[in-house]
Amino acid sequence: MYQYDQYDQTMIDQRVTQYRDQTRRFLAGELTADQFRPLRLMNGLYIQIHAPMLRVAIPYGLMSSKQVRKIADISRRYDKGYVHFTTRQNFQLNWPALETVPDILAELASVQMHAIQSSGNCIRNTTSDQLAGVNASEIEDPRPWCEIIRQWSTFHPEFAYLPRKFKIAVIGNHDDRAATKLHDIGLHLVKNHEGEIGFEVLVGGGLGRTPIIGQQIRPFLEKKDLLSYLEAILRVYNRLGRRDNKYKARIKITVREHGIDHIRELVEAEWVQIREQLKLDEKEIDRVKQCFTEPDYDLAAVSDKSFDQMQVEDATFSRWVKQNTVDHKITGYKVAYISLKSPQSPPGDVSAEQLDIIADLADEFSLGEVRSTHDQNLVLTDVKQGDLYALWLHLEADNLATANINTLTDMICCPGLDFCSLANATSIPLAKEINERFDDLDYLYDLGDIKIKMSGCMNGCAHQSVGHIGILGVDKKGEEWYQFTLGGSSEADASLGLRLGRAIPKDQVVNTVATLLDVFKECRQDDEAFLATVRRVGIDPFKERVYADN
Amino acid sequence: MQIIKDRQIVEDNWLHLDDEAELVVGDVTVSITRWQAEHETLVKHNGGLGLRLSGSDPLEEIIPDLASFSLIVLIFPVFVDGRCYSFARLLRDRYGYEGEIRAQGDILYDQLFYMTQCGINSFEMANIGNITEVMSAFDDFSESYQATVLKPEPLYRRR
Repeated sequence: MYQYDQYDQTMIDQRVTQYRDQTRRFLAGELTADQFRPLRLMNGLYIQIHAPMLRVAIPYGLMSSKQVRKIADISRRYDKGYVHFTTRQNFQLNWPALETVPDILAELASVQMHAIQSSGNCIRNTTSDQLAGVNASEIEDPRPWCEIIRQWSTFHPEFAYLPRKFKIAVIGNHDDRAATKLHDIGLHLVKNHEGEIGFEVLVGGGLGRTPIIGQQIRPFLEKKDLLSYLEAILRVYNRLGRRDNKYKARIKITVREHGIDHIRELVEAEWVQIREQLKLDEKEIDRVKQCFTEPDYDLAAVSDKSFDQMQVEDATFSRWVKQNTVDHKITGYKVAYISLKSPQSPPGDVSAEQLDIIADLADEFSLGEVRSTHDQNLVLTDVKQGDLYALWLHLEADNLATANINTLTDMICCPGLDFCSLANATSIPLAKEINERFDDLDYLYDLGDIKIKMSGCMNGCAHQSVGHIGILGVDKKGEEWYQFTLGGSSEADASLGLRLGRAIPKDQVVNTVATLLDVFKECRQDDEAFLATVRRVGIDPFKERVYADN
Repeated sequence: MQIIKDRQIVEDNWLHLDDEAELVVGDVTVSITRWQAEHETLVKHNGGLGLRLSGSDPLEEIIPDLASFSLIVLIFPVFVDGRCYSFARLLRDRYGYEGEIRAQGDILYDQLFYMTQCGINSFEMANIGNITEVMSAFDDFSESYQATVLKPEPLYRRR
């Protein structure tokens, strides 16, 4: 992975010093709450219902075992001994004290981490595919490009006060595991007719109150032009984006109001002017790529037959392998998902003790690296098949082997009314209820891939509008109600879910999920996936049954 | 009043004229509306001439006139309005403006570093406050990744 040199480290250290002084000025009354607000936000610090919340950036989801141990250590010393992973591959501390945040940032800086770009109206942490570099269908590894974007966007002096937050995601293959079509900019590494690799550029995607799927602004961008093109988009947006209404300030609205063709004209005109000036040198591309070279894989790993044997001998292991591992580009290796969706804890939460164990397992079995995913799970990407059983035994012992990846209970869920000051309704307790109700793994496997996404308010942090089943908490005269949508997707076939009908009271939410599943099973053809069935039969059969029951 | 110019506290005598105010001898700034309406009179003005721009003004329309101004004032009505950062960079990088570019309005210390990188070289704040602190804010960071007005080569070319 990328290693800081003295330039990177100096900037991060100076940021800690700067923020320490800002915090001191705020606590001394020299900065008002309003003046301090954007400064703390640019360092990841929100003020929530119970306490501040600190969101820490994990650039494109990649962590070393050393960083994971540091995260565990920080959560123990400065928080309540657990952290929460987010849909943008970052993690959050839910209970830090405001005055200790400079110390937390200093601890993070000691392992090349920071909370820059994790909030505020700036270019946020760039996200990517958790299978970058290890999946066979990849056109090119997106990670070096994510790092190049990270550096360009960090402390960009022109774009620190944008109309609204700005999110970029990069992928290197057709399967979209990073929801790129729902980002302000989505970058896809593609091959053109001449066989050259470059970027397809999408712009104007986003979720929240007004979900919109991103549109193509350029079918093919040469790699050396990446930063100039991004800078052109950002400059056009910084000047044109609305500043009169924060709900209309994202670039998705700018694109909708002006039309993609007009935006493209403006961007291309700006780009022509800065293209030469910001051209990426081969030397720099190589320097960054050197940090992501392929490790020395053991090609003999495939000859270990104990893996097949253990699957025969241990049905629970076999089930976990089937559900929680995927193929690696090197035969003999597997990618192992660590589910953070156990019924015992809120989706995306992991304890300090578990983090320490995961760090040890990464060192022992997966080249010392851990990745976070858009779905709020963790991944060990480079496990020899012969090591999987030993790995699984450890995970199983520490409640990290829930074999539910991509099933109904692998839900994306926001913190909701339990933590968030914006929320109208709870989400974590409902996730728990759903988890408890549908705890029969065989039933879940039979249903196949289903993505439930549940947000406690229309800001949509859990991306409910692109859930196969989306659940949105709304407030009705002080009571929590839930609006269902069906048929959304954040992947390559991205679509927005259709509204099922009127909102449903809290005590009927889990029953409604059960009804939806019943209708699915009746309408399903062969092994059809839930999303495919919904797309084929439409939402009417679901609607009729749900509202007949209610 | 006192302003910060090129990292020094200096006395400033520019007068920011309202659109209706009578034109007086001496250094004055005008809005883009007034400049466009009274262009002929203003070029003959006895004294320095400056232009005030806010983020919604059509920057490109006044580019041919840049030589008429020894000062351009960029207005930051609220500190979160970042449009004029782009104006500053365009004025310096693209249009080669070498006169004074001044930020006026709601400016936090912590913005001085970014503003300077974008090419703003003077700052007119309602209250400068603690001079030691404000001056140290220019040195919050010793490096930046981006090509900026101060360091035209991005860090990746200097590494």
